[in-house]
Amino acid sequence: MHDVKTETVMDSAWSGGKSPFAIGSKKLGMWLFIVSDTLTFSVLLITYSYCRLTNPDWPRPFPIFPAIAFSTTMTIVLLASSLTMVLAVMASQRNDRKKTVMWMVATMVGGLLFTGLHLTEWMNMIFKEGFSITANPEGSPLFGAVFFGITGLHMTHVMIGVIYLGIVAVGYGRGKFSAEDVEVNGLYWHFVDLVWMFVFPMIYLMSVKY
Amino acid sequence: MSSEAHAVEEHAGATVGTNIAIWVGLVAITFLEVFLAYKALEPRLMLTILVMLSVAKAAMIMAWFMHLKFEKFSLVLLLIPATIFCLCMMFIFFYPEAFRLLQMRPH
Repeated sequence: MHDVKTETVMDSAWSGGKSPFAIGSKKLGMWLFIVSDTLTFSVLLITYSYCRLTNPDWPRPFPIFPAIAFSTTMTIVLLASSLTMVLAVMASQRNDRKKTVMWMVATMVGGLLFTGLHLTEWMNMIFKEGFSITANPEGSPLFGAVFFGITGLHMTHVMIGVIYLGIVAVGYGRGKFSAEDVEVNGLYWHFVDLVWMFVFPMIYLMSVKY
Repeated sequence: MSSEAHAVEEHAGATVGTNIAIWVGLVAITFLEVFLAYKALEPRLMLTILVMLSVAKAAMIMAWFMHLKFEKFSLVLLLIPATIFCLCMMFIFFYPEAFRLLQMRPH
């Protein structure tokens, strides 16, 4: 038998009977993953800034046109895919399976388009301009390592996100996954978008060739 | 009600109009960043402005698109201060040590 004091503790948010954050375990797990992945990308961007500060001959390989115009288009595509993901999550909360799957497919198209544009840029830099992981035509050879390392890891996240979206869209369409699964998938996709909001200005806009 | 069901019960979120407005804001900030790059500001000033704008964009994405604005404040307190603390630790310990190693390299 509990006394009044014990019952008060049992009713509190931290007693174990409730979720203290009022979210499911999947969502909390995704948030914790996002925090750890944030630190991974932060380390890479800090390393990039360190390499740049310590190498006075750091190259500025991106002219406003076409390189910056191209990467701006990639940014807008990624932002648009985030909006379609928001609409997918909202549709799933209304239990509208058809529209949820439709918006998730639109998000996948955005992700694939972003990857296609990114690979086009890479191919142009590697085969036409002579950039590689170990060398480049002008300035510090470290540029290639950090540029391809950071943008490559981000592109890997995008590709994993597209596969993840495909799996959840099929599962949700068949009634195997819940609206919470779509929302957790959305968190991952928005995080990929969020990382690009730092990669784009730090790597591209700070390296404009005038 | 089970704890899991309680945990995932639906909470208020932004409307479609608000989300579109946030998206337009994000696109507008992106174009502002590109405009600043085009104007060729002094690098330190430009880096400061770009980082501030990027943090603003990240905050908008987290608050509205990732629903953090509509979650319990305890979740925000769990995630944000821990991340900021780790980032501060990286800057405090990584940079001085990295520059010390740089000075030690043979010339």
